[in-house]
Formats: sequence, C-alpha cells, structure tokens
Amino acid sequence: MKDLLQLLEKNHAQTIDQLSTMLDKPKEEIEAQIKQLEAEKIILKYHTIIDWEKANIDKVTAIIEVKVTPQREVGFDALAERIYRFPEVRSLYLTSGSYDLLVFIEGQSLKDVGKFVSEKLSTIDGVISTTTHFMLKNYKEAGVIIDDIEKDHRLVVTP
Amino acid sequence: MNWSERISPIVKSVPPSGIRRFFDIAAEMDDVISLGIGEPDFVTPWHIRESCVYGLQKGYTSYTSNYGLLELRQSIAKNIQNNYHVSYNPHNEILVTVGVSEALDLAMRALLSPGDEVLIPEPCYVSYKTCVILSGGIPVPVPTTIENEFRVTPEQLEKYLTPKTKILLIGYPNNPTGAILTEKELLQIADFAKRHDLIVISDEIYAHLTYEGNHICFAGLPEMRDRTILLNGFSKAYAMTGWRLGYALSNPDFIAAMTKIHQYTMLCAPITAQVAAIEALEHGEDEMRKMMASYNCRRRLMIEGFRSMNLPCFEPKGAFYIFPSIKETGLSSMEFAEALLKAEHVALVPGNAFGDSGEGYVRCSYATSLDKLSQALERIQRFINQF
Repeated sequence: MKDLLQLLEKNHAQTIDQLSTMLDKPKEEIEAQIKQLEAEKIILKYHTIIDWEKANIDKVTAIIEVKVTPQREVGFDALAERIYRFPEVRSLYLTSGSYDLLVFIEGQSLKDVGKFVSEKLSTIDGVISTTTHFMLKNYKEAGVIIDDIEKDHRLVVTP
Repeated sequence: MNWSERISPIVKSVPPSGIRRFFDIAAEMDDVISLGIGEPDFVTPWHIRESCVYGLQKGYTSYTSNYGLLELRQSIAKNIQNNYHVSYNPHNEILVTVGVSEALDLAMRALLSPGDEVLIPEPCYVSYKTCVILSGGIPVPVPTTIENEFRVTPEQLEKYLTPKTKILLIGYPNNPTGAILTEKELLQIADFAKRHDLIVISDEIYAHLTYEGNHICFAGLPEMRDRTILLNGFSKAYAMTGWRLGYALSNPDFIAAMTKIHQYTMLCAPITAQVAAIEALEHGEDEMRKMMASYNCRRRLMIEGFRSMNLPCFEPKGAFYIFPSIKETGLSSMEFAEALLKAEHVALVPGNAFGDSGEGYVRCSYATSLDKLSQALERIQRFINQF
C-alpha cells in the first residue's frame, strides 16, 4: 500500500494499467485499493501544483503565528476549527514553540489578507496575539522546486 | 607527418566503439527520446553534492594517499562487510580508483603477460575486451544466449578454456542484458575457477540494483576471496557517474601491484569525489533505495511494454537495462537501431556493440522518466507495426 501511495502522491494521473504493471499487482486489486483508500479518506484529494506567478495571476500568501488560550475539554481543537473553516485559510497547524497555531492565508491582495487578520482572526475569542509574515517568494511547493534549473546533461548515447 | 604510421599497432588494432556513429546521428536530432544512456537519470542526491561543496570550502583540494583517503577506505570496508560479510583491511586491501574503468585497466595491466587469455562472457560492457588487448592479453569471448537468460555456465566456459587461460572476467548484474547470477550458479562458477586455478575479476558496479533477492558478492563465496579481484564504485548506486570513482578490493600483494601502476599514472582519485563518496556510503542508503524502487517500477513497465509488442525478452533482474530480441523484424541490430532512430527518433544501442552474441538484440536503458519511457514504447510499437 505504501508503494501505491508513493506513486500516486507523485502523479495521480497514472492509469490503473500502468500502476498495476509497475507494482506487479492485478488491475482489480489496484482499483479496489484506490477506492478503499479514497473511502477511508487516506487519500483526501488529488491536487495540482501551480506556479501562479508564472501564470500572471496575483495572489498574496501570508503565514500567521497565532497565540491562543486553549479551552477546557476541547483544548486547541475548537479554536482551530473556528479558524480553519474560513475559506481564506489554506493550511493550519498546531505547533510547539513560542506560538500555538500556524495559519497559511491566501488572498487576492495585501488589503484582503490584512482585513482577514484584523477583522476575523484577531477577534476570535481566545486568540491572544497574531504575527503576520507576508510571503515574498516561493521556492519549493509540496516537494516540487518551482524554478528548477537542473537539466539532463547526459549524452544521448553512453556505454 | 604521417601520424597514423606512428600510432602503436596495438592501439590501431582496437576497433572504435560501435556506439560512436550512432551517437553522431542522434546528436543532430532535437526530439530524440534516448533509451541509449548507460547512466542514472537521477542527479547525485543533494546531500552528497552538498558535502562535496562543503569539502571544497574547507580546503579539500590536495592529493590524497595513492590508495585513497583512509576514511573512505574504512567506509568501503564497513559497507562491504555489512552487505556481503566479506572483510577487507582498509590499510592494504583497498584501492580507490578513477571509476571501475581504471580499476579494471590496472588489474589487467598488473596481471597479464603477452598471450595470456581472459575468458569474458558476452554480451558484456564495451571496455572489457579492449582493456585486455591494451594490456597485451587475448580476450576470449564466451557467448551466452537468451535461452539461458544470458547467464554463463561452467560448461560454456569449459569450451573456451586453454592452458593460457589466466583470468575469468564477469560482470553481474550485467550491462547490457540486465542478467544476474543466482548463488547456485555463482557457486558453480566458483568451482570452475578453483578447478582451473583462475583469477576472477568480478565487476559488481550494478550490485545495488538487484531486483530479486539479494546481490551475491563473488568474493563472499567459500574460498573465493583470495582469488577474486572485486570491483565496485559509486556511479550506479548513488548516481555519481561523472564523479569518476570506483574501487578494487583484493589480496594485499595484488593491491600493491595495482597501486604501483596507479601511483605513476593517476597518482590518486580526485579528492573532491572521495569526500563526497564518504557521505554517500555513510548516509546515502535512503536515497539509493528510493532510486532503486523507481527503477524497479520502470523495469516492470518496460518488460510489459516489449512483451505486448511481441518482442521476446527475458525478465532482467538487475541493472537498468532490458535486452529484447529484434530478430523477427529481419533487421540486424544496427539496421534496427538506425531505422528506429530515423523513423521515430528513439535512440537505443545495437546489441552487437557489446559483442557478437548481442547481435539480434538491442539494449534499452530505462533510466529515463516515466513519461519518456511511455512515449518511447508507443513510438517503438508504431515502428514494429511495419513488420
């Protein structure tokens, strides 16, 4: 199963035929496994990694460190939910260290993001403080180097 | 001045590489998909490259011991001990060379007297026979066949044995066929070597790329350590071809003889590569396993691809080559390769570049991206459909 997940993580567009050959398992088995992985939400979604800058589509991304007061019985989870339900939030992590939650926000403009932080995020009960870092350049996304200058330098035919 | 008159007859007697002409045609085209490349498509893992850069910053730019950095030899000894349970003394039984190619050349030069014969199972790596000739020896090719999955047997070797036979040179997993030998088969070869008191040079550069069972090290077989010259290197397992680094392991007296030639002709292997190689051996296992898993997926894809075209091929269990037969097209290997290149812009290597017994086959390397492999298979299928 790990092999299958690793192949799919790299490229989900591979055909069942190809996956079956590469993993040396019957097609039916691969098909059933994928269905099951999807049903069990081990495979959550198939995603495409896009270089938005190259597409000339403006986006602003900010990383916000959030300090919160955990709540009795639910700890950080209830607060986290109040934050991650906002569609502007791309990712949310609970972390150790000098703050509690790390929030990735995506908006159309600086103003957009600023407005979200000041009006929505900071005003949530239990949020003590926020520190916003605007992203200046993306070098690597989900394991993919954005502007990879390494080329195949090999000769066409070698012994 | 007429230079060709002055070139040594022994060099003139060596034919140019069969790959060369082919390379010239392919280099002219810009949309060639090449299955003709005998090296990994991975760039050397970053942690290895990074350690080389760090080494340069720290001033590692000098000569090393003729034998190579002691730390590297210790790493090699540890690695061979852990993987194959054979122990070599890093102080006098290991020589670090400029690729396995240099190690092979040194071994031949240190062993051969004029007229000595070397048994070489074919198809084989392109330089084996030339190395023997340049050292004054006589290469004796021992043809292997697809029926036996290109594995050599004592019976086949026996036929080519003469009183002048001194060395048996084997390379498994094999370039170009992808064949491996099982422990049982290797034991038979070992028995043959012992019976006829032969030295065995075992080129195990593809050892880590073995897809079924574990690689068996020839020197690890009973009583074989003392008559074996074990060659290996970093090119294939760690995707470090251009670093040019290999090593030879053998008896101290013989390593001293090889080192004598090495110290006068090469002095030492480049220190930059040696520093990186220590990192590769000490921390390269994870990346190597990932690359191997990736080759294995592609290997299966290629076998399936050729079989569905009805081109007979046996299942290669090592290296990153597949060696299908193209005899049914009625073309020779060279004609097939040239016609395919011109019609479909797919480059592969005619099997006869690896010896006469490779005629009727082509070597396809699957060290190329999945996308390109799939495209290449489609193009080859289209080409085959004409026949």
